[in-house]
Amino acid sequence: MSNIPADLKYASTHEWVRDEGDGTFTVGISEHAQELLGDMVFVELPDVGDKVATGDDIAVAESVKAASDIYAPMTGEVVAVNEDLEDAPETVNNDPYGDGWLFRIKAEDSGELDNLLDANTYEASIDED
Amino acid sequence: MGSKTPLYDAHLRAEAKMVDFHGWDMPLNYGSQIEEHKAVREHCGVFDVSHMTIVDVEGAEAQNFLRYLLANDVAKLKTPGKAQYTSMLNENGGVIDDLIVYFFSETAYRLVVNSATRDKDLGWIEKVAADFDVSVKERDDMAMVAVQGPEAAEKMQQVLSAEQFAEIDGMKPFLGKNVDDYFIATTGYTGEKGYEIVVPAGQIETLWNQLLEAGVAPCGLGARDTLRLEAGMNLYGQDMDEEITPLEANMGWSVAFDPAERDFMGRKALEQKKAEGHDKLVGLVMKDKGVLRHGQKVLVEGGEGIITSGSFSPTLGFSVAMARVPASVGDTAEVELRKKNVTVQVVKPGFVRNGQSVL
Repeated sequence: MSNIPADLKYASTHEWVRDEGDGTFTVGISEHAQELLGDMVFVELPDVGDKVATGDDIAVAESVKAASDIYAPMTGEVVAVNEDLEDAPETVNNDPYGDGWLFRIKAEDSGELDNLLDANTYEASIDED
Repeated sequence: MGSKTPLYDAHLRAEAKMVDFHGWDMPLNYGSQIEEHKAVREHCGVFDVSHMTIVDVEGAEAQNFLRYLLANDVAKLKTPGKAQYTSMLNENGGVIDDLIVYFFSETAYRLVVNSATRDKDLGWIEKVAADFDVSVKERDDMAMVAVQGPEAAEKMQQVLSAEQFAEIDGMKPFLGKNVDDYFIATTGYTGEKGYEIVVPAGQIETLWNQLLEAGVAPCGLGARDTLRLEAGMNLYGQDMDEEITPLEANMGWSVAFDPAERDFMGRKALEQKKAEGHDKLVGLVMKDKGVLRHGQKVLVEGGEGIITSGSFSPTLGFSVAMARVPASVGDTAEVELRKKNVTVQVVKPGFVRNGQSVL
């Protein structure tokens, strides 16, 4: 069974979102998602300063097996990206909820967080897959 | 549930991620495909290839039968145990399967064919064999592992007795030898030194465990695919199939047109194809970010083609592919990636040999 931390929120498209408490939200992909994709070989990230809207495909996780779009879980501006992934994409596999984070968004409306799934609901959604 | 090899439980114990592979439950990886790939390039890995089909052909007309059934010429094989890469073609010259044939004598040969094509292969072999004095026997009592990598010989030395290892010590590539109950051949699908070992099904788990205890890394289908692609080796069903002749699949070298009087299945169609001209299989190299994948369109001088196999190359650190393109292809090609067109280098298929880049 894959690890699904209870303090995070999730999109049905397998992104996780952490509320940093200052209006910014860190985004990565779930352990389940990295397991499905297999060994990561490239991660294409958005640029800092990009304006993104919920549901936009703004990053690509490319593994040995497939390329997978990563969607913005909230509307806002990209304020940071994890540049370490350029040289070490496997961090997404090894530490998906920690050093394998992808980007951080300053949300237009923090209330959008409520539209995302909690850990239990996300777990139920992947059990159906 | 799919078919299981005798190593199924051993795979689960090694925490394999199992997948369906043409009706077989096979290990995709045991954690990381890239780590397994590197283990084979730098040290030694072992693959369960028991799903492959072993067929023994024996009888007074065995040689004549195989000279007709197969595109390469088994009459070239003179040394007992010598192996040959070859293919079975249909009347149109399309590839029914690629395979390795081992020569024991002019009345005894062994074929190792793909698992995905088992039923049609056996059906075809039986059909063609009907006109010859031969017996065709599937050896489903046997299992098989591939031990591959620069340290393969020293690992085999650890699991065989001194007498057994002496039998295969220094054996040249593409030879096989019966060593007690094992049939050990210096063949493989990785571009590294190594062995393919056919073992009675009841003994395979012991050998597997001995290899793992000797520090050999268990490797799954994922690594097997990236290793064979780096080595420029075809995958049946992807790089060629019944609609494709060997000439269009970089397998022309394995078709023996000489001697001219030897008739073999598909010969006429191939001769016609040769005279008319045909597409060819090339290698592609992309140093930009991104991964070339099966099915992507390729624009070349004089037309367009398609990527038959593509992946990230763990050894090289960038993407490589095989593509079927018009023969007019130049030194570069354009590939339509997800959101952009990228210029890639055109090379001969084959990117890595014995751990080193050949680009």
